[in-house]
Amino acid sequence: MSVHPTSPEFKSNAHGALHSPSLQKAMGNVEKGFIEKRRIAAEALPEFEALRDSARDIKNHTLAHLDLYLEAFEKRVLEAGGHVHWAADAAEANAIILDICQKAGARTVTKGKSMISEEIGLNAHLEANGIKPIETDLGEYIIQLRGEAPSHIIAPAIHVNKEEVEADFRRVHTHLDAKRDLTAPTSLLAEARGELRARFLAADVGITGANFLVAETGTSIIVTNEGNGDLTQILPKTHVVVASIEKITPTLNDVAQILRVLGRSATGQEMSVYTTLSTGPKRAGDLDGPENYHVVLLDNGRSAMLGTEFEDMLRCIRCGACMNHCPVYHAIGGHAYGWVYPGPMGAVLTPSLIGVDQGGHLPNASTFCGRCESVCPMRIPLPKMMRHWREREFERHLTARTTRWALRAWAFAATHPKLYGLGTRIATRALSFLGRKKGRFTSLPLAGGWTTWRDMPAPEGSTFRTEWKKRGRK
Amino acid sequence: MTKKPRVGLFVTCLVDMFRPTVGFSAVKLLEDAGCDVFVPDNQTCCGQPAYNNGDKADARRIAEQVIATFEEFDFVVIPSGSCGGMVKTHYADLFEGDAGWSIRAEKLSAKTFELVSFLVDVLGVKAVIAAFEGAITYHDSCSGLRELGIKSQPRKLLESVDGLTISEMKDSDVCCGFGGTFCVKYDEISNKIVSKKTANIRASGAGTLVAGDMGCLLNMAGKLKREGSDIEVRHVAEILAGLATGPAIGEKR
Ligand code: SF4
Repeated sequence: MSVHPTSPEFKSNAHGALHSPSLQKAMGNVEKGFIEKRRIAAEALPEFEALRDSARDIKNHTLAHLDLYLEAFEKRVLEAGGHVHWAADAAEANAIILDICQKAGARTVTKGKSMISEEIGLNAHLEANGIKPIETDLGEYIIQLRGEAPSHIIAPAIHVNKEEVEADFRRVHTHLDAKRDLTAPTSLLAEARGELRARFLAADVGITGANFLVAETGTSIIVTNEGNGDLTQILPKTHVVVASIEKITPTLNDVAQILRVLGRSATGQEMSVYTTLSTGPKRAGDLDGPENYHVVLLDNGRSAMLGTEFEDMLRCIRCGACMNHCPVYHAIGGHAYGWVYPGPMGAVLTPSLIGVDQGGHLPNASTFCGRCESVCPMRIPLPKMMRHWREREFERHLTARTTRWALRAWAFAATHPKLYGLGTRIATRALSFLGRKKGRFTSLPLAGGWTTWRDMPAPEGSTFRTEWKKRGRK
Repeated sequence: MTKKPRVGLFVTCLVDMFRPTVGFSAVKLLEDAGCDVFVPDNQTCCGQPAYNNGDKADARRIAEQVIATFEEFDFVVIPSGSCGGMVKTHYADLFEGDAGWSIRAEKLSAKTFELVSFLVDVLGVKAVIAAFEGAITYHDSCSGLRELGIKSQPRKLLESVDGLTISEMKDSDVCCGFGGTFCVKYDEISNKIVSKKTANIRASGAGTLVAGDMGCLLNMAGKLKREGSDIEVRHVAEILAGLATGPAIGEKR
């Protein structure tokens, strides 16, 4: 069972978000922090733009030979003593992971941050089968306590304010001293650490995602800032990596290049604090590591994107820069998008993965300002792909009937210059006559979407071309 | 003396209907810079509303007409970054797989320019002869900025205007929330975005807001007026041409 989307209710989700003072306060921090940090990091590295090109080229090459690299990866994992499982969809992936957990006799599993696990709804599936998943990334831990989904792909609890975290901790950690001081952010961190320490040691299975899967070596790589991922994958007897197929990268060298744009684009860090490589289970002579190592490779709609106008989206490395720079995301936060992936990348990916009939609002709710594309380290043409979705909707008559009608009428006029000239002359004259006193309208029939919020300036007088001809010019 | 370049002026539908002054300003700037300016009567719209709403077939029909209307000129100049961006960067996409039209589209794109970048980058204009008293703040409209690289050119020419000072707002390069049909389809979100923009405009302390796109200007002017602000809103061409004398956008006549 994957997460049930509320994307069709995007407009009412957005309405709620716009009227939530706590969310609006939290979103203010996104606008301030991430953008400046990325700018400084990008400007400090002279070859940053060239690295973006090469990161794009590496992934394009990989996608063109995806089958070969996946097979090579599988071979290396098997050689290293691990297991590889292929999951066509969320249900298959959940069943495979549950089976691994049950065979390991697991009662609790620790989890590193994984968007794929969110995509397939893994926690709910494990819980329904009597296994307790424990999120160990601080942000994920917080939203798990709150029973929420992530609202950002790298900062899942970005929508939560510090005061709210404090309240949640007091609500859940009832065994701790009620009078403890939790005002400093570090005290919240310390408390979460303390709570998680015992869980790490007790867990039977550790589940992580992967930022990269290396075909050359059969290695899975996670990039984190808290070190929780390391404890998740090293301490339990069994380590399960769940990752989607486009995470494949040919060589470690390629990964090293992409890592140079990943940290900088995401948080402005040159590198994340931890970049952890794991290849197979513990070998003879290793001091630590899991005894069993599994990789679950998820397709869930991705192979169907290959060879289509949406293939470029598979280059995405989930850095979050597009949403960090998106005015729409800033206005409404991540939950309004109604599924797992928010912001511009979500606006392209969501219709691909759950269908445009479900996610159709998302690619439409963009001004096409292009700021996402201008910062995407993988040079993914996000607005162009959102437009492709609009084209598919238009072809399938999913576009609202009034919009269709208005577009067709406008296009008809625009391709009949005489009619267009007459129509615009009349409309302009009428509007300018009606608005002559104030120079603007506070309400206009058929323009409610505009005049609810802003005045509509009136035309100056007659059209430019009328005036031009009056002056005897051609 | 070399022959004057023949420039076809594509005024855009919003300038044609809402702000003829911008059209006349464009003509003046181009003529002052030594161009022969023509305004073909067959011009209508660039096709952007259809294109951005997924109606590619209609966008293509409109583009064919634009190409047929304007391909006879040495240059096509448009006082708008978004319509300029449409013709310059998106037309080729409409004719994929149609060799004949693709070539015509590419040829037209290559000689099409947004007004201010044409003056500075193509004609090498370094200063204008115009006067404007007071501080302005300049909003970088998205398509102009990110599709056409327009950022320094308008500032450079504005600085040459007598009496004018530029007082930069915070986040001048962030979208104003217009987005074509976005502003009515997702009006509540659009309102939030434009409200942040007007807050930055007010905080700049400038008495006049200037930008190069009528869509954004109507949006920001409409919001400023609704908020009761007396900041005036004008298209950059009006100021550069010295024609910023009549009522500003949304002001009474
Ligand atoms: S689309 Fe680009 S910017 Fe957005 S998350 Fe993916 S890689 Fe990062």
